[in-house]
Amino acid sequence: MSDTAEKVKKIVVEHLGVEESKVTTDASFIDDLGADSLDTVELVMAFEEAFAIEIPDDAAEKITTVKDAIDFIEKAKA
Amino acid sequence: MTALFRLDGKAALVTGATGGIGAAIARALHAQGARVALTGRRESELAALAAELGEGAFVLPADLTDPEAPAALIERMEAELGACDILVNNAGMTRDGLALRMGDKDWADVLEVDLTAPFRLARASLRGMMKRRSGRIISIASIVGVTGNAGQANYAAAKAGLIGMSKALAQEVAPRGVTVNVVAPGFVATAMTDVLNDTQKAGLMGRIPLGRMGQPEDIAAAVVYLASPQAGWVTGATIHVNGGMAMI
Repeated sequence: MSDTAEKVKKIVVEHLGVEESKVTTDASFIDDLGADSLDTVELVMAFEEAFAIEIPDDAAEKITTVKDAIDFIEKAKA
Repeated sequence: MTALFRLDGKAALVTGATGGIGAAIARALHAQGARVALTGRRESELAALAAELGEGAFVLPADLTDPEAPAALIERMEAELGACDILVNNAGMTRDGLALRMGDKDWADVLEVDLTAPFRLARASLRGMMKRRSGRIISIASIVGVTGNAGQANYAAAKAGLIGMSKALAQEVAPRGVTVNVVAPGFVATAMTDVLNDTQKAGLMGRIPLGRMGQPEDIAAAVVYLASPQAGWVTGATIHVNGGMAMI
């Protein structure tokens, strides 16, 4: 697993208070991990801070799974 | 029993702190133990108030008509005196005139200062508040935002807007322990109401059951309550402080 993936999963675990084993790459924040819309906004803010990137609103809307987040961040940092 | 309404260890930002009500709010929050950031456009008056309050008062001049100012202000506050626990949107302006003769600029300027700037400040301060799972946003609206007032279409719209905005924000951030409330003053003796002539003032007095104009301290007391830990179960509310002029 890449560093980014590991860091993303850690943030998700911390923010949503879910078990690490549930945070699979394909897990959807809302459908699988019980996040609400406010949680997803907070998650995006947390990613922005942790990775020192900016996630525009239209991109943020498309980040619905752990994989979406990892892909976006890896692309943004590349 | 612990003392009620104490704000020790909290930091508050008060906009429009040079005005009558704003200064009274800053004094009252400070007296309860909060550190206060005083914001306004007249730096010398802010400095005089800070000197009067002494330790725990900070001068942060800002021109809230600048769209970038609110976010920068919250950032500066966090750097100089710590996280913003309490935001008091008090700054406001009037530019009265009958609607038939009210220019677009008079409408837009009042909406910008009285409604848009408070929204931007709320948005900027919410980020930290949500993270900390606590915070208080208190906006000073006006009785005319609920009752209307001839000659104040712009001001009444902005103040009514503050009430609606606060209710929406309150619902959004309640799960994070942040409360959003409004204080709606009636006619308070300040520079803003000094412009009324004696006949207007006498007319007003006849409509205030408690028989006097409000004092800035009457408004500040309501703000202190909403800012305090004791108001933790109050959100989306509007407290009317108007001498009974409108019982709503």
